[in-house]
Amino acid sequence: MTFTRVSAKSLLVDPSPLTVPNERYVTGFVESSGRLTPRIGTRLGIADIAGAWRVRLGIGRGRYRVRPGLYAVGAPTPASAVLVTANYKLSFDELRKRLSGIDAWIVVLDTKGVNVWCAAGKGSFGTKELVERLAKLSLKEVVAHRIIVLPQLAAPGVSAVEVATASGFRVVYGPVRAADLPAFLESGMKKDAAMRTVRFGLADRAVLGPLELVHAWPLAGAALALALLSALPFSGGFGSRLSAISSVLIGSVVLGSLGFPILLPALPFRSFALKGAALGTVWGLAGSILAAARPLGGVSLVLASSAIVSYLGLNFTGSSTYTCQTGTAREVKLGIPAMITAAALSVLAGGISAFSRY
Amino acid sequence: MREWRYLLNGSSLALDAETCIGCGSCVEVCPHDVFLVEAGKARIRDRALCMECGACSRNCPVGALGVSSGVGCAAAIIAGKRGLASSGCGCSTDSSSSCC
Repeated sequence: MTFTRVSAKSLLVDPSPLTVPNERYVTGFVESSGRLTPRIGTRLGIADIAGAWRVRLGIGRGRYRVRPGLYAVGAPTPASAVLVTANYKLSFDELRKRLSGIDAWIVVLDTKGVNVWCAAGKGSFGTKELVERLAKLSLKEVVAHRIIVLPQLAAPGVSAVEVATASGFRVVYGPVRAADLPAFLESGMKKDAAMRTVRFGLADRAVLGPLELVHAWPLAGAALALALLSALPFSGGFGSRLSAISSVLIGSVVLGSLGFPILLPALPFRSFALKGAALGTVWGLAGSILAAARPLGGVSLVLASSAIVSYLGLNFTGSSTYTCQTGTAREVKLGIPAMITAAALSVLAGGISAFSRY
Repeated sequence: MREWRYLLNGSSLALDAETCIGCGSCVEVCPHDVFLVEAGKARIRDRALCMECGACSRNCPVGALGVSSGVGCAAAIIAGKRGLASSGCGCSTDSSSSCC
């Protein structure tokens, strides 16, 4: 049986007015229990890879969504496993690319285009959405068993006990990483400590840098303004002062965005703001020496770059995988006033330096 | 494997050993391997690893676990203070931060 792409769209369960960037992931249809379910491919194409890079740069992230509903991978039967995921396309792609050679049903929840863990934290990947989606999709008519596999990171939003009571399905929390799913399913749904634990390794951290940098542009603007002020007066080598000072300051924005995530475990202190302040201070000192800044100009550079990297470091709590709310709130409370003070002193020192011989 | 520690991590995590039935749900859902089950009871292995995500308390079938959970995201906390977001993390909607 073959279908055109147009009929494919109309057959999808639960159509919603979302922007679907492409539906090339639907490769055909599976007929089971008198129903047609779209089958998704397990190989990512160039469009998927380009899309991943786009959202890593913050372009169209909120719109990078998959239509919620039921999908098939391979040739599932009523006995096949049911895997539940979020409708952020990056999450969906990460799941499907790991499922080559596996027959399973995929339930995509409407998490408003947000990844599993964050959606669970916000509640959109939650008990209510899950129970309602299972009923809407009549999953009980699709599979003969009553087990659904959720990503482990959905657990902050889902109560397995409540789901069982309300839907009749038993929730099994699968591995943290989709990459471990084949082994998990193969072993009869058993997971070891490594499958349960979030790692946050070098690659996990480094990939977050570009988005941090894209979001840091207002800070780069402020850094440039400070550089202009500190390079005054317009006479006697304004251009070379401006280029030296702005290199140090713009450099600190780049360092705080791209370097901080990479250096995170090597930086001293548990506090992200202090980690950033330490990194920024070292950078500012090195920059002042290299730029042969005047004494007060150097003080200004150190204060500014420590405030900049500290702020960016503090912001990285949102992307990190292990910061709690109490600690982050304390950092904001103590850190932000300190950063503002440092920035103000930096402007003062830069201004005095510009109009004196210091 | 590296174990990540942060300020005040796990400070609100409370386990009521009396109520615990040792089912291991907390072990199954914890992303930082905070718990272990010993002699039919769950035990907090290392509190400082706890990021207070709330997965354990939400999935404890007997309500033996309590934790004050929320997003550890500075941008969301700052936005909340400025009245931009009512609670939790509003960052995906305004895309002002990379969190969530």
